[in-house]
Amino acid sequence: MSTPYAKLPAWAEYVLLPFVNVVVAFLVAGLVVLLAGDSPLHAFQLMIEGAFGYGEGIGYTLYYATNFIFTGLAVAVAFHCSLFNIGGEGQAYVGGIGVAIAALWLDRFVPWWVTFPVAIALSAGFGALWAFIPGYLQAKRGSHVVITTIMFNFIASSLMVYLLVHVLKPVGAMAPQTRTFAEGGQLPTLGWLLKLFGLNPGIAPFNITFLLALVMCFLVWVLVWRTRFGYELRTLGFSRGAARYAGINEAKIIILTMMISGALAGMMALNNVMGDQFRLQLDFVNGAGFVGIAVALMGRSHPLGIIPAAILFGVLYQGGAEISFDMPEISRDMIVIIQGLVILFAGALENMFRPALASAFGRIGRSRRDVAAPAAGE
Amino acid sequence: MSETAIALKGIDKSFGSVHANRNINLTVRKGTIHGIVGENGAGKSTLMSILYGFYQADAGDILVNGEKVEIRDSNAAIAAGIGMVHQHFMLVENFTVLENIMLGAEDRQVLNAGIARARRTLKELEEEYALQVDPDAITEQLPVGSQQRVEILKALYRGADILILDEPTGVLTPSEADHLFRILEQLRNQGKTIIFITHKLREVMAITDEVSVMRRGEIVATKETSQTSVDELAELMVGRRVLLRVDKGESTPRETRLEVKNLTVDDERGVTMVKDVSFAVRAGEIVGIAGVAGNGQSELIEAISGIRRARSGEVILEGEPISVSGEADPRRLRARGLAHVPEDRHHMGLVLPFEESENAILGYQTDARYVNGAFLNLGAIRSDAGEKMERYDIRPPDPRLKTANFSGGNQQKIVLAREIERDPEVLIFGQPTRGVDVGAIEFIHKRIIEMRDAGKAVLVVSVELDEIRGLSDRILVMFDGRIVGERDGEAGENELGLLMAGVEEEGTAA
Repeated sequence: MSTPYAKLPAWAEYVLLPFVNVVVAFLVAGLVVLLAGDSPLHAFQLMIEGAFGYGEGIGYTLYYATNFIFTGLAVAVAFHCSLFNIGGEGQAYVGGIGVAIAALWLDRFVPWWVTFPVAIALSAGFGALWAFIPGYLQAKRGSHVVITTIMFNFIASSLMVYLLVHVLKPVGAMAPQTRTFAEGGQLPTLGWLLKLFGLNPGIAPFNITFLLALVMCFLVWVLVWRTRFGYELRTLGFSRGAARYAGINEAKIIILTMMISGALAGMMALNNVMGDQFRLQLDFVNGAGFVGIAVALMGRSHPLGIIPAAILFGVLYQGGAEISFDMPEISRDMIVIIQGLVILFAGALENMFRPALASAFGRIGRSRRDVAAPAAGE
Repeated sequence: MSETAIALKGIDKSFGSVHANRNINLTVRKGTIHGIVGENGAGKSTLMSILYGFYQADAGDILVNGEKVEIRDSNAAIAAGIGMVHQHFMLVENFTVLENIMLGAEDRQVLNAGIARARRTLKELEEEYALQVDPDAITEQLPVGSQQRVEILKALYRGADILILDEPTGVLTPSEADHLFRILEQLRNQGKTIIFITHKLREVMAITDEVSVMRRGEIVATKETSQTSVDELAELMVGRRVLLRVDKGESTPRETRLEVKNLTVDDERGVTMVKDVSFAVRAGEIVGIAGVAGNGQSELIEAISGIRRARSGEVILEGEPISVSGEADPRRLRARGLAHVPEDRHHMGLVLPFEESENAILGYQTDARYVNGAFLNLGAIRSDAGEKMERYDIRPPDPRLKTANFSGGNQQKIVLAREIERDPEVLIFGQPTRGVDVGAIEFIHKRIIEMRDAGKAVLVVSVELDEIRGLSDRILVMFDGRIVGERDGEAGENELGLLMAGVEEEGTAA
């Protein structure tokens, strides 16, 4: 009687339930479109075509998805230690400094593949540093990371304005941004990958960072489920009591987990700064840090769930842009509402349909068993 | 006396694929105390929750005083005259007794009239049933036994004629339990009907008129208490013959392995829970610590095993001191031969969402057998777990099954296998059989005695006096953070009960 709902089979847990949630989110979003006086079907069609209908759209979808994989992994790693890192936004933003340092320092002397590893290390390092302080405060002083990481988002924002206006802006330039990187600071696109499928990538900034994101998915999986550190991290995440009993150094695990989380968020900066804009700009993160929370929730904090969830949000970003372009009644804000609905149903209300689904499965399972073994009597 | 208070007919309830109650037929006669016994997970609590309206049955009827009733929620249960005393009290701790009793039955927005009426009714109830409680006392300051009386009064105040008590003696000292039994008898003599749920068979024999035994969601027997015995009930509960008494030979204690000197420990709130405690455990003996829960036993064993910092004092393991107030680390103590089966396997001994094999290395996760550098050696971990599951008959024997899906007894065996198989020199068992079914209790007790006979030093902490008396070669009684007495293993229940209630030392009122 301790578990009122039966366990769902794995495919229902990881595929069917998120799918139901997304469908409901789209239905409600459709109502919003209807209220705005447009056809939801048309909007949906625009979104899917905008995201998947042509090579450039796919390129953009995957470009956005790359951002969300990084921030989703960042949130997921912290989730496994039951830490709620909502500072991915700030960590990614500060990670941009690391990318900019590497690119501004090396771009004129070496090819991109020399700059890239340095930029990876520095972006991860700056992201980790930005998460270290909240991690330390949580571990040693008990200041809740939810509070400190969100405050660090604001600090990051102010810091970046200061740096871009006073330090990194070239003399005489008008815009608060760094100079444009030379070739050694520009990552190659993955246009050829799309061309393999006969697609025209156009000007989509889909670049090699996507592959790095996939590598990180694998490394996060190894870290969490195959290493001693991951074991201790999950133990602490599930049960502080068990962690104390097992002699796990709580403070060390919390600080390291936050730093790993911050490093993953920090690497998101590579995609935009070195892969798209080739310069460090104000507000380049543009909400990806927060989307990472929804991606991690939807992806059940597992890399294999995070990839499709990140692509879904890539669709919403890219397809949403197409909708607002073609349907003037649907403003950019309306797209944010639709994205919000997906977050609401897929993230916050993810358990809403669980009881119904579980009891449906329970009924099916029971009747099947009763048929199979009518007189087994256990 | 043969009128029926409650009749359940064909009650059936499933949660998903778990069939918690199957075709339950139960008749409780008016003015009797009816015991319901069964192992954990036998479906007792589910059945009572259906009767009290927390759950709705999938099928079947409930008849109260011969009339069919629909019990959709607890209000409907109260309206039908059914009251429930929960195992974990449902009281607002910082309310007075009177406020708690009125809660949910305040009558009006302005409380004055209600308070006056409640006070009057309470007075009558107290006189009628000899249930003395000060109505103006703050609830959390009352002893546990009194808090339970408040729960009973609450039910009576709502006009309950049928009282359900769920494991009521779990938190009581033996003398408090005796007091409760007198109250229950008084209530029965006044015509109330009582359903008494427990897993303690001796209590069933002592207090009930009739007893029903549940096993795997079914009622397997209903007996007149006078026509049955503890052994028969145990057999019905488990489905096979069980050995209730612990069989053990003489102990042959040798050198001291674990010594505790003047240990003082505070809890998180800074309240001193262990006060200047000293004792020793020798190789080849079992020392039991008896006491009512919350008298410092938990903090004591946590401090010894390095989980909790002590304020002062010394713990000496195998002749070498442990820095209990400084850097004691459970992992290092394990390496030095101290094993600890914690009191609370759900929050300490196990990580319930983990696979069984992952729990089989908890605390030993840095052991060279289980890791290759920074990586887990999953092959070794799983095969090792599989072997232990076989040796300890842990079912189902699947090292990859989620730990939460094992029964309480099997979960405890997972912890036991992990700690015992390391061949430690000193073993600490906190509540070794809490929430464990009768069959597994027998197994666990045998193992504990085997460890003693193998020359290990064993410390057992339990709130079950029977368990302490059955296992221990020496018994220490803890009360209010102090060791208030030491007896040998043959000490009588009454004597220990008095010590546990803190009444031994004359003049020093607790």
